[in-house]
Amino acid sequence: MSTTTAPSKAPSVRPLRRLGLWWDGVVDRYNRQPLAIKIVEIFLVVALVYALPLLRPPVITTQEIDFGGVMFGCAAYALIALGLNIVIGYAGLLDLGYIGFYATGAYTVGVLTSYHWHWPFFLALPLAIAVTMVTGVILGAPTLRVRGDYLAIVTLGFGEIIRICVKNIEWLGASSGIKDIAHPNSIGGGPQPPFDRGGLFDIPRLEWNGLVPSVDHDHPTAFLSFGAIDAVPYYWLLLTALILVLVADRLIKASRVGRAWEATREDEDAAELMGVPTFKFKLLAFAMGAAIGGMSGAFYASGQSGYISPDSFLLLFSMLFVAAVIVGGAGNRWGAIAGGVLVYYLPERFREFADYRLLVFGMALTLLAVWRPQGLLPPRRARRVQRAEEEIRELEGEGATDV
Amino acid sequence: MIRSSRARRAAITLAATALVLSACGSDGDDKSNDAAGGDGGGASELCGKNLAFLGALTGDAGALGQNMVGGIELALKEYNADNADCKINLKTFDSQGNPDKAPALATQIVNDDTIFGLIGPGFSGESLATGKTFFEKGLPSISPSATNVTITQQGWTTWHRVIGNDNAQGQADAAYLTGEVGAKKVFVVDDGQDYSKGLADTVKEALGDALVADDQISVGDTNMSAIVQAVKASGADAFFYGGYYTEAGLLAKQLRQGGFKGTFMSGDGSEDPNFVKVAGTQAAEGAVLSAPAGPPPADFGASGLYATQAYDAANIFLAAVQDGASSAQEINEFIGSYSNDGVSGPIAFDENGDIKESKIYAYFVKDGKLDVENPQAIS
Amino acid sequence: MDLGALFGSFDNFLSYTAGGLVFGAIYALIALGYTMVYGVLQLINFAHSEVFMYGTFAVAWTFIFFHGTGDATWSLGKAIPILLVALVVAMLMSAAVALLLERVAYRRLIRNNSPKLIALISAIGASFALAEAMGLRDRFAAWFGLDDDLADYVSPDKARDVYSNPVTIQPHELFTIGGYGVTDVDLVVLGAALLMMLALDQFVRRTRLGRGIRATAQDPESAALMGVNSGRVVQITFLIGGLMAGAAATLYMMKIGSTRQNAGFILGVKAFTAAVMGGIGNLRGALVGGLVLGVMENWGSAVFGQEWKDVVAFVLLVLILLVRPSGILGEALGKARA
Repeated sequence: MSTTTAPSKAPSVRPLRRLGLWWDGVVDRYNRQPLAIKIVEIFLVVALVYALPLLRPPVITTQEIDFGGVMFGCAAYALIALGLNIVIGYAGLLDLGYIGFYATGAYTVGVLTSYHWHWPFFLALPLAIAVTMVTGVILGAPTLRVRGDYLAIVTLGFGEIIRICVKNIEWLGASSGIKDIAHPNSIGGGPQPPFDRGGLFDIPRLEWNGLVPSVDHDHPTAFLSFGAIDAVPYYWLLLTALILVLVADRLIKASRVGRAWEATREDEDAAELMGVPTFKFKLLAFAMGAAIGGMSGAFYASGQSGYISPDSFLLLFSMLFVAAVIVGGAGNRWGAIAGGVLVYYLPERFREFADYRLLVFGMALTLLAVWRPQGLLPPRRARRVQRAEEEIRELEGEGATDV
Repeated sequence: MIRSSRARRAAITLAATALVLSACGSDGDDKSNDAAGGDGGGASELCGKNLAFLGALTGDAGALGQNMVGGIELALKEYNADNADCKINLKTFDSQGNPDKAPALATQIVNDDTIFGLIGPGFSGESLATGKTFFEKGLPSISPSATNVTITQQGWTTWHRVIGNDNAQGQADAAYLTGEVGAKKVFVVDDGQDYSKGLADTVKEALGDALVADDQISVGDTNMSAIVQAVKASGADAFFYGGYYTEAGLLAKQLRQGGFKGTFMSGDGSEDPNFVKVAGTQAAEGAVLSAPAGPPPADFGASGLYATQAYDAANIFLAAVQDGASSAQEINEFIGSYSNDGVSGPIAFDENGDIKESKIYAYFVKDGKLDVENPQAIS
Repeated sequence: MDLGALFGSFDNFLSYTAGGLVFGAIYALIALGYTMVYGVLQLINFAHSEVFMYGTFAVAWTFIFFHGTGDATWSLGKAIPILLVALVVAMLMSAAVALLLERVAYRRLIRNNSPKLIALISAIGASFALAEAMGLRDRFAAWFGLDDDLADYVSPDKARDVYSNPVTIQPHELFTIGGYGVTDVDLVVLGAALLMMLALDQFVRRTRLGRGIRATAQDPESAALMGVNSGRVVQITFLIGGLMAGAAATLYMMKIGSTRQNAGFILGVKAFTAAVMGGIGNLRGALVGGLVLGVMENWGSAVFGQEWKDVVAFVLLVLILLVRPSGILGEALGKARA
């Protein structure tokens, strides 16, 4: 096959590749440090991420849409991407109907805390996760026997079926959706509209005039008061869940289960021969991915607006979720998180391009896939394989190929 | 028509203003605007501030939001021409009609100190998703187009609409079908959305025994042959559709092609010239489209569904500015006691924020086009 | 559930079936694009729906070009000359978009043997971009100062609104099956779809290029060794998919008459379902899958109500795949691919 790519295109790829190398460097440097410093660094980074919507750093902060709300959305997408990464990245199953699990989690909370019963949110949350997990097993058991490529369309079908069901079943609110979903319990008293914001104490936020920060006391966030006009407390809560899932993800990936997934993904028949019950592990991945999706949906349902409707669970979002995982780098949890954040953040950040932003987003997705097929942050193993392949290619005299 | 280029120029200016304003940061620009206005004493404190529009400007329903912005911009242009010393501008927030995107935009709106009133939200779904946010902040809002009955039953005292809700329209439509048309068997279909289902359900209830059967389609459906078959099998002599003009047009077209001879009726979501284009002139002929709004004056400078309502909504806020209202509370009280004739009909609000007197008109497709000038009052 | 609606009378049953067949034929033509690309490359060409959508606009544009924007209602006979031109224009338009897609979104990935998932993401991105580009056509025209000259084609400020063929083609009932009045338009849609399929089937079976396609589908490396230019084969595959989508677009506009920038999405998902149902990679499978899907949807609408028809379609798909994991007719492009 021809490998005569125009050499002028090569440099545009380099910065992206450097991103991976840079990330490797960061991880290596981090790993070489003594434990105490590691802990301090983690603490600092985590604190920074928590404080982001109050620091409102210039450039990053969205100007035409509430930054706290965008951060909440980013965290929700990051959590979804993390869950879908287990299904796609670890187990290698293409799930185009992931939105169905998101919807299941959201509707479980909606039904339990508002529409039929009035449970508090934190009681409904574990049940929502459990219900979604069971849904995952019920859907996975028949569909995972279908061959790889068909799994995509079958899961896509299930995603649509779930949406059409919630749209048409009165018991689930039908097309009007469910409103007044319980917010998480406020600490220090909830908001008493119209003037009392509730909460233990107010935290002011920063306002930037160019690069000069000043403290803005006019728009404070009431600490842990879950009301309808401030998304920041919801962001904090979701971020906490995200961090917990991240830790769990790390533990599982490093365990026997993680290795079984990897073996199944790389060669199912070989894995089966070596005594890995591949179907069981695929089902486990599906169920775990579902549970995390359901959890994200549960947080979304009880978010600032406390309102869900079938329109929030369109097929299109499933595509976006898959795009998030792949763009970020399937198989690498940090890549998945980065992908989830970017897919939500970019269209919101560049709202001033209003009409063009979906066009640009689509083109960016294509360009990224074509010029950076491993994703922004591919797993280290994949990068090593790729480097080795490139060396071989160069030795064979096909040096012009540039990825 | 000059409309297209003017609207675009306005949009560009608007985008530029929005950029400049947002670049300044919200605290800074109050002062700079007040200073730049140089209006001296006497004028309202709202001079130089903004109205906000929240609704779909891009995405599948973007055309409807563009109609509304056209109406609002017309009102602002007229007002600003007469009040050069107290200009009011518009900031638009594009929700794509998605209840998922609307809350973060609502938060942005309530935290923007330069915004004193909201025109919108455009659709029922996003209204339900954001109502709480606007209410907790106390930002007065007037929707030109969200007609779902339940929105005004939430106790959100700052929420108003200048369009009759689905109840009033549905009852008038049903009465028209059974009375004027004399239909004995009516087949009712909707597209399952908040607005559509609300309207269709009211019609079904009001029809009582005259309802012969019902069904539901999905937005984006193009193959209506199953519905056509069901309508024919039911022997219906009239057909009512709750939904928007694209599907309404396809239904009318395929029903006529399938040999349905009865009356075709639909609500305000279908009252748009595009209905005739989609259905084709022959199939659309004789269709009845109801709307809770009278015809716009002949020289009205904006076009499309909901443009008149948006124009009226903007004028209520502008009247509040001229009246000297300054706080959110004063504006809200002003809106509550407002009573005047708008281009879409007489406007006054009841205690829930619903329009008091909503006259329902039936528009007819005659001689191959939607006759917007000679509707018949049916309530 | 209302079984009586479907099975209450034989007439009803027949007419639901006939109505489904006509739409199923359009599904089948679109499904060909998915099935060809999958057969050769094992890729889900997600952006094929937009290839179809561009064709529908080409049909409306052709009518506006020859007739102007005044609404009119014509019989099929009167419309046929312009329809034929529109068919050619739509096929060219769709083929051009398909080739562009191959060039921009796929070629590099195919050459580098990238994972299939990546190609899917690339296609999803291309699908977004193509649909949005159509929805923003007024802006692009404005960049060149052409929006006033081309106002009829780009609908300034209303580019996202539904876009209709000004000429409505009024079908004439020829005879009835059950209660269903079979019209000339229905017959043309069904006939033209079958004809296109037959031609394609023969092309793939009998011509040299067709052999190349089959060879590449079976074993790309051996085919390349035997002198088949695999890059060419891929382009031809996309070209054929585009031509078929253009034909489908013409038939669709004959029957439906209006389109918009997001009209492809749902039809694309349905057509892909049809392709999988019939056995993806199998040309005759696309036909069977399309017709079965069209009929099942109508039956499902009759029994459960139209709002459940997509559920019926997808449940059916899952059931078929569970019983026959490679679709009704099995996969394989042309013949014999194990």
